[in-house]
Amino acid sequence: MSTIVDAKGLSCPQPVLMTMNEIKKVKKGEIVILVDTDTSKENVSRAAMAQGWTVKGVEQEGTGYRVNISKD
Amino acid sequence: MPKYVQFFSTRWGIIGVGAFIGVFAQLLQKWGNPANMGICVACFERDMASALGLHRAAVVQYMRPEIIGFVIGSLIAAYAFKEFRSRAGSAPIVRFILGAFAMIGALVFLGCPWRAALRLAGGDWNAIFGLLGLIGGIWVGTLFLKGGYNLGRSQNTHASVGWLLPLTMLGFLVLMLIFPQVQGQDKSGVLFYSLKGPGSMHAPLLVSLIMGLIIGFLAQRSRFCTMGAIRDIILFKQAHLLSGFIALVVAAFITNLILGQFNPGFAKQPVAHTMGLWNFGGMVLAGLAFCLAEGCPGRQLFLAGEGDGDSAVFVFGMITGAGIAHNFGLASSPDGVGPYGIPAVIIGLLACLFIGFTMRKQVA
Repeated sequence: MSTIVDAKGLSCPQPVLMTMNEIKKVKKGEIVILVDTDTSKENVSRAAMAQGWTVKGVEQEGTGYRVNISKD
Repeated sequence: MPKYVQFFSTRWGIIGVGAFIGVFAQLLQKWGNPANMGICVACFERDMASALGLHRAAVVQYMRPEIIGFVIGSLIAAYAFKEFRSRAGSAPIVRFILGAFAMIGALVFLGCPWRAALRLAGGDWNAIFGLLGLIGGIWVGTLFLKGGYNLGRSQNTHASVGWLLPLTMLGFLVLMLIFPQVQGQDKSGVLFYSLKGPGSMHAPLLVSLIMGLIIGFLAQRSRFCTMGAIRDIILFKQAHLLSGFIALVVAAFITNLILGQFNPGFAKQPVAHTMGLWNFGGMVLAGLAFCLAEGCPGRQLFLAGEGDGDSAVFVFGMITGAGIAHNFGLASSPDGVGPYGIPAVIIGLLACLFIGFTMRKQVA
């Protein structure tokens, strides 16, 4: 069961801030982050990896992306 | 390299782009741009405002092709990599006001973060106060970010919305071609030109334009941002963007040594004053405004080039701020701060605090 962080339409650094807050909250598991720019996709992936999370996949969704991250 | 990472967004990518900007900014100076001002987004937008007659400071009138190139280069990169996405509607009036005050603060210091770095690399130690102010302003901005400050969501919109700033820039280029500089005259058609001072110093049009296009292209790919560099290290302890900013300073410094453009000291530095407190204060205001607006002045141009209509509003805010700064004596000169520069910085800080404190609602 993954939580969803909807960061669509928000510019840097909001998607990363929201992802970090969720990472702190859930500690481990799966998080799906919705973003709509390539910059946000890269920033969120980079921030997640720096926290020891794995980027499991990035899917195109509409004009944006679904970034799936997880930590066991 | 994982598929969700492209080369320019890697550590070496951003370092390469920062170093490229550092080297070619100094070469632009050698090719004709003003001293320690190979590239300055704030100064160049100020020169453009004056070239259009929005203010009439005679020594800073030139339609800078570098700025035009930044926007168009980013537009080309965004289309080439399918990243052009027209969006708008995230607090445009706030961005306009932040742009205006960012410019006013930058013109009290006499430079944007890019020029602060280039001034430091040229041995202008006054820039240290400016950079400390920049860090201080961004630090205050990160406190607001931690407290929930945000500008709200943008919406996807018609492609033409994202095209308006690039088209405006192309229009400026057309004006330069129709009304080129005439030797010894300060006006050519609708454009003003400087006969002396920094506005009279510029690399050849084509050189400036090509360099602007290349930097715009590279910066769009790498997301180069001088404000983000400092913000991310404070907020996330993440040095990705900072490594690009440091690469810019180091590359500019080495290039200056090779070209004989390094002149250390405080006094008599080009287009600079020695009032440390207001070099600091001006950049506190600029740094805070850039942080609240979510991008340094260069990044705002690159974002506008990839379709961000809100960043375009910030750019017009900066150009308007330049008009206000020079029309009403807010801008500094080598003699020191302008007659109304200090109250303008204080009013700007109050405006930023008002925005920061009141826009903390959690996003829906």
